[in-house]
Amino acid sequence: MQETDALRTARREMEICNACRYCEGFCAVFPAMALRRDFAAADLGHLANLCHNCRGCYHACQYAPPHEFGINLPQSFATLRAQSYEEYAWPRPLAGLFQRNGTVVALVSALGIALALILTAALQDPTVLYGAQQGPGAFYRVIPWWLMVLLAGGTFLFALLALAMGCRNYWRDCGTQLPASAELRPVMSALHDVLTLKNLGGGGHGCNDRDERFSTIRRRFHHALFYGFLFCFAATSVATVYDHYLGHPAPYPFFSLPVMLGTIGGFGMVAGCAGLIWLKVVQDQAPTARHLLGADFALLSLLLLTAATGLMLLALRDTAAMGVLLAVHLGIVLSLFLLLPYSKMVHGVYRSAALLRAALERHRAARPAAASP
Amino acid sequence: MVDLTRVFDVLVVGGGNAALCAAVTARQAGASVLLLEHAPRHFRGGNSRHTRNLRAMHTAPTSVLTEAYLEDEYWDDLLRVTGGQTDEGLARMTIRASQEALPFMEACGVRFQPSLTGTLSLSRTNAFFLGGGKALVNAYYATAERLGVEVLYDTEVLSLKLDGGRVREAEITHKGFPETVRARCVVASSGGFQGNIEWLKEYWGEAAENFLIRGTPYAKGGVLKNLLAQGVATVGDPTQCHAVAIDARAPKFDGGIVTRLDCVPFSVVVDRSGRRFYDEGEDVWPKRYAIWGRLVAQRPGQIAWSIIDSKSERLFMPSVFPAIRADSIAELAGKLGLDVATVEQTIRDFNTACRPGPFDGTKLDGCRTEGLDPPKTHWARPIDTPPYSAYPLRPGITFTYLGVRVDENARVLMEDGRPSENLFASGEIMAGNILGKGYLAGFGMTIGTVFGRIAGREAARHARN
Repeated sequence: MQETDALRTARREMEICNACRYCEGFCAVFPAMALRRDFAAADLGHLANLCHNCRGCYHACQYAPPHEFGINLPQSFATLRAQSYEEYAWPRPLAGLFQRNGTVVALVSALGIALALILTAALQDPTVLYGAQQGPGAFYRVIPWWLMVLLAGGTFLFALLALAMGCRNYWRDCGTQLPASAELRPVMSALHDVLTLKNLGGGGHGCNDRDERFSTIRRRFHHALFYGFLFCFAATSVATVYDHYLGHPAPYPFFSLPVMLGTIGGFGMVAGCAGLIWLKVVQDQAPTARHLLGADFALLSLLLLTAATGLMLLALRDTAAMGVLLAVHLGIVLSLFLLLPYSKMVHGVYRSAALLRAALERHRAARPAAASP
Repeated sequence: MVDLTRVFDVLVVGGGNAALCAAVTARQAGASVLLLEHAPRHFRGGNSRHTRNLRAMHTAPTSVLTEAYLEDEYWDDLLRVTGGQTDEGLARMTIRASQEALPFMEACGVRFQPSLTGTLSLSRTNAFFLGGGKALVNAYYATAERLGVEVLYDTEVLSLKLDGGRVREAEITHKGFPETVRARCVVASSGGFQGNIEWLKEYWGEAAENFLIRGTPYAKGGVLKNLLAQGVATVGDPTQCHAVAIDARAPKFDGGIVTRLDCVPFSVVVDRSGRRFYDEGEDVWPKRYAIWGRLVAQRPGQIAWSIIDSKSERLFMPSVFPAIRADSIAELAGKLGLDVATVEQTIRDFNTACRPGPFDGTKLDGCRTEGLDPPKTHWARPIDTPPYSAYPLRPGITFTYLGVRVDENARVLMEDGRPSENLFASGEIMAGNILGKGYLAGFGMTIGTVFGRIAGREAARHARN
């Protein structure tokens, strides 16, 4: 991590927090902080990525603005996280996409939709594109199967590679040893924290989603979005198996496994995205890094569109609207896959890595012998 | 907008823990309640903003407290710190009532956490607020507003007009505009006067200009002074305040917990002359914590410097202000603006006088000086391993002891011993009845919560009769 103003701000704040420690019950950030007396640049990047932006510490802080110490960790850490996304991005020439990320995400999404529409309109026979297609292989008559697999598979595999390389950059910068075989417990603990969003719980009491009052609504929306996304991904995977290995091409009936998974996931994503967008509008803006809201809104909108167009496609797949809807939906999915490593989606990777690192640190601090190789 | 022309059942003066407990309790009992907080909303909550825990009696483990903490042990702890400057009847009643404090607080949305780290091991006796005192204050305000307590910020009470032991009306300024408020009962929960430097100067002279106030600047003692001028009985030594040595670079007000310095027992402390003046190794926490504020207040310029070497750097909680560091004592003395030769001589004399022993920073060890005046009786190790570090110390005032006398119903007593008809008090403004001297961690919050609830209950009862 580079020594920037954002980093120096976070360091100043962490030094004050470390002398106070009233927030130690809130989340993983404060126990991780308490293990340190000096805050190296990489450590601050780590702490920033450990922060789930629950805002509990801001509302509880006796030093929050307008106090002259002006502690505003949710805001400082959000800014520093954005810096870390850029610095750890792979390949390096694409790191700049994290500047004005909201614009980038919006543009790529628009271009993805436009490209899909233009290409299908230009290359596809209008009677096919604007006619009702039904029965097995209906989708592939609009957009050929091989093209879908090539584009989706190619972009997705690249996204995975880029995310993995970013994660590797982060882990190397932090300098923590990877978990040893005997360290299953911290790995499981980190996995638990990732899957349950335990740290969006304020020690079990909820977060300050909107104001000083506690609630767990943000965590619920995030769960709806995250597990909705996983359901949709599972739907696509099952459909691929059906199609490729069982010789049973899409579309599938409503009460089939892929469609059920996709429908549940799609509604989950729509509810989650809409809820998170609503929260970002109504929340107390004082602990918010407002210059980053654009990137948040852009990604949430993209995810919302992905799910909404998927559901619309399901509803209208037997009509003449299917061809255009399919093109739009796939254009959006293509944009999403392209943007996975260059949007706020990366937070999941760094957050998970930070949680693993924090769990390992706690484990090793409690049992120093286990830390030596 | 709050209609100030109406007559409220209960007027609560103050906006900290004790005031909120009184307001919530009175409102729950059916009274209409107006709470006036001097501070703006951002700084609401008085010194409760800076607190962290509450000491609670309990006969069996609770969700956050381990083992048991019974009345007699609690009373012994109080007796020890106050040296008898307490009222046993009120104190024991407070201790017993502290059992019901936690369920009340939880019902008001206050959340607790297990005590994890830090320098105090209080998990048996003290319940820690999740997020600290400001989170507690937020929870109480949210509850009060939900119940329909009217709250005005930026509102200072200038005078409670007493007439034969009865408050007739209150003169206030709201956002700078003068108003008059009428209420059937008044609860004074407006704290001590430690934020009033002019008042402190009456007892400490010009030295008070160099005091740092650890908590809210809004504890001006205006209502306290106003009541004392109208024949209300006082309690507590007006000249006394709880003072600890804190980092001299702390803000004048509201520095809170992070200005604390725990390095004194591992150090040599010199004043402006460059010489030592007291045994730095006299005792363990909390006694050493409480004496150094007074000691520094008595030094010229109300300032001193705690000097350690690299051996001791990691033995205490990190301070929020970086240590002043140097590779030699001479360079360090120069940076502190002290006479180099004197400081060098002080350290040399100290180092020569240190007797070897098994050093242990966690207890009274055998490391002491010989033939040194004043001696250092524990944790004495030569200051000889660079880099050397220094922290400047100033007196940090936590609270004052002067208050109004109350009875077991939180009713304020007049000088002739009769209780006021409709004036009650809770919190720091009356804590001197029970804590006349010294300090017991989390006990101020206990007094505020217990008496806040009593005052709220009694005021509501009186208002409706």
